[in-house]
Amino acid sequence: MEELTFAQALSNVLEMSPEIWQACLETALMLAIGLSAAIFLGGPLGVLLYLTRPGQLFAHRAVNGVLDWLVNLVRSFPFIILMVSLVPLTRVLVGSTIGPVAAAVPLSFAAIPYFARLVEQTLREIPRGVVEAAEAMGASPAQIICKVLINEARAGLISSLTILTISFLSYSAVAGVVGGGGIGDLAIRYGYYRFQTEVMVAMVLLLVVIVQIIQLVGNRLAARLDKR
Amino acid sequence: MIHLKNVHKRFKKPDGGWFDAVRDTTLHIKEGEIFGLIGFSGAGKSTLLRLINLLERPDSGEVNVDGQDLTVLSARELRRARQNIGMVFQQFNLMANRTVADNVAFPLEIAGWSRAEIERRVAECLDIVGLADRAGHYPAQLSGGQKQRVGIARALAPRPHVILADEPTSALDPKTTQSILDCLQDINARFGVTVVIVTHEMHVVRSICHRAALLNAGEVVETLLVDNKTVAATSELAKSLLEAA
Repeated sequence: MEELTFAQALSNVLEMSPEIWQACLETALMLAIGLSAAIFLGGPLGVLLYLTRPGQLFAHRAVNGVLDWLVNLVRSFPFIILMVSLVPLTRVLVGSTIGPVAAAVPLSFAAIPYFARLVEQTLREIPRGVVEAAEAMGASPAQIICKVLINEARAGLISSLTILTISFLSYSAVAGVVGGGGIGDLAIRYGYYRFQTEVMVAMVLLLVVIVQIIQLVGNRLAARLDKR
Repeated sequence: MIHLKNVHKRFKKPDGGWFDAVRDTTLHIKEGEIFGLIGFSGAGKSTLLRLINLLERPDSGEVNVDGQDLTVLSARELRRARQNIGMVFQQFNLMANRTVADNVAFPLEIAGWSRAEIERRVAECLDIVGLADRAGHYPAQLSGGQKQRVGIARALAPRPHVILADEPTSALDPKTTQSILDCLQDINARFGVTVVIVTHEMHVVRSICHRAALLNAGEVVETLLVDNKTVAATSELAKSLLEAA
């Protein structure tokens, strides 16, 4: 095989910039849907998981047990199996099983319990006495959740969201393989199936840069919000 | 002012048995007095205090504060009643991500005060506890004594008739302890707030209380009268605590 010069490799990659840009948008779309589902459904689930724990505001053994079990159940599926088994549901919800929106269904499904667990763990770090003080002052459960729990845990919640985003960036690559599109999909289609190694390397480098940026932004934001 | 009638509270132990923290206790606390609850660890003094604002719900008996039986109130009515009962904690329990001013503002936000009223009242309360210059600080930047002053300002902010103090000086050194006790006494004298204070130190009782209940094994052993910094006591337990002080 002919030796590939760096200049050639670079021009090969640059030639593909429209496809790369398209892949970035697809990845962004998958993440946006998955993370929204995680925040708006997984977040409240995590709060409920925390509040129903023994000794907490809505302590309830049965509810807590069921929620805990459900979260573990979904989280124990290897992502690729979860994805395949959700194909019928995806078809019903999106009308197709191909494309970033379709791939976002199993991503969301996995992200919800993942984030719920992270939220629960983060809330557990708030001293019980702080919540009790709010109760003693006559705060309602809604006020305790919004003004005390979320505010006191805000730095930890941002860190959790950072972990979630990075995990799901790599999950989205898996989702890409079965027709979801995105950066990971591009890396595999061109780099692996068509032996264009330079495309694969470029895509991996791109992912490395994105992960570093997400972590940096997450760390900065968490540090700024943390007054403990 | 505060009337506990035959209150009983028991907790389930890990081994499945029951522990009677407060046994069929009756207690009357007068308006405007500083009342101590003193006893050794496990005597039930903290539980008794927490029964007053129903942080612990009694298994039987009546909790009457300001002419209202708290045990029969709905959740909403209880929250309203609690806004009239301030509480100060041993571990301060301040919100770490709120500034000093915002911590003091918290009970007022809950009670639905307007922004302007809150601002005025917070400044007033920080002034009372001598922390006007720390309004913008976060709790992590304060000393233990300063944190407890914030706790007192927070308890005082909604103009409560009662302040419950659960070992407010036990996490503090002796010098700071005295300044916190002086602060509570000052608030009691100036605003007529009834103060109920839990302690295991006779020094606290002698220093600021008008009366105190000596507790042992969930029961009131003796009601102590404090006159001119001397405590009149008859029981053996009280005498041993006095000697230790």
